[in-house]
Amino acid sequence: MADGRAQIRRRAGPRLWLSALWLGLLALAALLAPWIAPKDPLAQDLFLGRLPPFWAAGAEPGYWLGTDSLGRDVLSRLIHGARLALTVALVAGSITCLIGATLGLLAGYLRGWVDIVISRAIDIWMAFPPVLFSILLIAVLGPGLSSIIIAIVVIDWTRFARVVRAEAMAQGAMDYVASAQVAGRSRLSTMVTEILPNVLPTIVVLLTLEMGIAVIVEAILSFVNLSISTDDPTWGGMIAEGRTSIHQAWWVLIFPLIALFLTVLSFSQLGEGLKDRYDPVLR
Amino acid sequence: MSFLTVTNLSARLKGTGFPILRRVSLSVAAGQVHGLVGESGAGKSMIGKAVLGILPSSVEITEGRIELDGVDLLSLPLKERRRRIGATAALIPQDPLTALNPSRRIAPQVTDRLVDILGWARARANARALELLHEVQIPDPERVLRSYPHELSGGMRQRILIASAFAAEPKLIVADEPTTALDVTVQKQILKLIAEMQARHGTALLFVTHDLGVVSKVCQSLSVLYGGMVVEDTPVRDFFRAPAHAYSRALLAATPKYTDPMASLVPVPEAVIAGVQAELAAFDRGARHG
Amino acid sequence: MQLLRTFLLRLLTTAITLIGVAVIVFVVIRVVPGNPIAMMLPPGATDEDIARLTAQYGLDKPIPEQFLIWASGVLQGDFGTSITARQPVLDLVLGRLPATLELSIMALVIAVILGGVMALTGTRARGTKVEAGIDVANGMALSVPDFLWGLVLILLFGVLVPVFHISGRVTPSLDLPFTTNFYLFESVLRLRFDLWADIVSHMFMPALALAIPLAAIIGQLLKQSLKETMHLDYVTLSRTKGYGENHVITREALPNAILPTLTLVGVQFTFLIGGTVIIERLFSYEGLGNMAIDAVINRDLPLIQGIVILFAVIFTAVNLVVDLSYALLNPRLRHG
Repeated sequence: MADGRAQIRRRAGPRLWLSALWLGLLALAALLAPWIAPKDPLAQDLFLGRLPPFWAAGAEPGYWLGTDSLGRDVLSRLIHGARLALTVALVAGSITCLIGATLGLLAGYLRGWVDIVISRAIDIWMAFPPVLFSILLIAVLGPGLSSIIIAIVVIDWTRFARVVRAEAMAQGAMDYVASAQVAGRSRLSTMVTEILPNVLPTIVVLLTLEMGIAVIVEAILSFVNLSISTDDPTWGGMIAEGRTSIHQAWWVLIFPLIALFLTVLSFSQLGEGLKDRYDPVLR
Repeated sequence: MSFLTVTNLSARLKGTGFPILRRVSLSVAAGQVHGLVGESGAGKSMIGKAVLGILPSSVEITEGRIELDGVDLLSLPLKERRRRIGATAALIPQDPLTALNPSRRIAPQVTDRLVDILGWARARANARALELLHEVQIPDPERVLRSYPHELSGGMRQRILIASAFAAEPKLIVADEPTTALDVTVQKQILKLIAEMQARHGTALLFVTHDLGVVSKVCQSLSVLYGGMVVEDTPVRDFFRAPAHAYSRALLAATPKYTDPMASLVPVPEAVIAGVQAELAAFDRGARHG
Repeated sequence: MQLLRTFLLRLLTTAITLIGVAVIVFVVIRVVPGNPIAMMLPPGATDEDIARLTAQYGLDKPIPEQFLIWASGVLQGDFGTSITARQPVLDLVLGRLPATLELSIMALVIAVILGGVMALTGTRARGTKVEAGIDVANGMALSVPDFLWGLVLILLFGVLVPVFHISGRVTPSLDLPFTTNFYLFESVLRLRFDLWADIVSHMFMPALALAIPLAAIIGQLLKQSLKETMHLDYVTLSRTKGYGENHVITREALPNAILPTLTLVGVQFTFLIGGTVIIERLFSYEGLGNMAIDAVINRDLPLIQGIVILFAVIFTAVNLVVDLSYALLNPRLRHG
């Protein structure tokens, strides 16, 4: 057992660092986008439409990863798109985590009618097709960054609530919690001081996974053209554009796809790495 | 002529190299019962497992021979070795509650070896299963054959496993502490049943146990193990009259009497343990040099 | 008896869930800004026209009253009329349902086969590099969602090595003799294997995209479960009977390892069905999900409602079936 786990840790090492490296680069690109992007991501030039990337024949210097059908620079749009992707990941991920984990904690620890109401709500939420639900919400809320964030929070809180509820329930049944209560502490303070610290590793792992999911949801919403205004550079929007011109200009699709792929993979590897290292429960 | 001969068998843990068996030699003659005794961790179960080719994957054999009916098992390729063992030997496992597959009915678990390995017709195998269940005194065997394991008691399941072990008339059966997991009241009956079956079928039996009382009742000869090493290999009569090794004497003194299980639990004296450990160390040095 | 009571209780909670879904969808889409009726009429329509049509669709009444009207209609099998298509919602939805069902089931079959092969190979090769490789592949398949796999497949097998169709459900120029919308199924019944091949070639990519994450989950859970089972005494006993490792894995360990995997796969299958929405969009596959996105974009309230309810019914039905089959497959529960 013991050396088996050591092996897992050793293997998790490089994956963890590579993931952190990619996410760090991404964060840097997002922060410095206006200074490091070689072109204006919105500038159109129909004479320079569908230029291939730098290594292919017919490439134009300065347009490293080519241009889309409107002549917009793919690399610059990618860099600016990282801003939105990471904003959504951080903000939507954190708010979802806060709300979902709180509800799960309350349901799992307080039990009784609080648990009944929250569990029933989770059941109902689980019966919704999530992608359709998010598209519906965006249609209702109107396009824009805050709408995307609200949609993600409204849909994904159950991911946290389900796991944290089960976890809090298991912890609540343990002796140390009972002894804390006998010692005359209030239920709420027991929850925060005794249960929360034990559930925290699980929550952190779920949070990293949720950030990856948020990036995907944003891309999906941009893809069906319901995210932000259509001009703004988003990875999902670039993918939608790339999908339509896939036979003429594959590079418009492939670069945002690679960026999205690596980002999602990194978030989940980060979560896995943290799980192996710190979480006694999910491990 | 002995049916099973183990010669200089050594095994160790993969990775750490911790020795599990130290040049173990023993032989069991056809129709004889040989006991393997020792405290837990002495390696007695490992010998039985090595013979049947079911050592845990973390244990590797480093040297020695295991001859079953004159064939060196370790020289055979895995598939052939398994078939050979399946056709000539069988296991009565320790815990009847976990040794039957919960999702299969009893009948195929008794007959599968007959049909799949020995090529019997299904009808003949089923008739044989019925006969065997009668023989191990299971009431209403037709119903039991149609049952799932969880519908039967522990004692009943052990009877089925015994029946299954004798199904193919093997020449050798390894009984791996077959009564330890059972209720005290059932233990005696099962022990008696195994002894009767062995006598009637004339099967050689390798009986793994930590209970010298059991050995005195069913075995003709025994090997005493400590730390994976055979410290004494002797006929049962001689052993109980005058155990040769200090560790054997201590073990015998520490064994509760059958009639009064709780009485006289004398622990093995530390001096004896120190002595036998010194022997182990000397043995390892010898093995390294020779 | 016990089983029956559990079943009835599950039926009751399922009903509550479905009512909850209906209420939420109903309220959410009625907060939609912009009048959907105005969008349907040609420019220059008068306010009177709009008011008349609004009344015709019952959209002028208070929301609770609208809900009661709608719910009583649903109980009689009337889901209202689509605003854009001007056809009964039920007809439209049932017309598209076969396409989505066929896609989901094909994806499930692929996932079970892929996941099963991964788990069995991994168990057979436990402790070797092959197992480590399978673990890495599983981990990657699991972390990346169906949407991205769909895009990867489009690039690989639609553009780089164009062997499959990446758009639509069937080649439009083909003459279809079908009387139902279960194209895949009916093409087999009619022995039209030319059409069947065309349909499969259209379905395979979206189905595979949906299947990859589920295959990884099945592979991982089943392998874990198999490895635990391989240590049990009855597996060891079967080795002493003379059986080879393949037999031991598939006959002794597998039947017992499948059960714990099954319940989890049930929930995951509903996720897969939920994924059809975006995958159908990505592959321009004419199923329910594609229709749903169009309905949202066109603000077709009755249609959106109908589709969401149908999805909810499918999800809860899948969960119910899985729970039941779990009870039926487990001999301990069956006879206990």
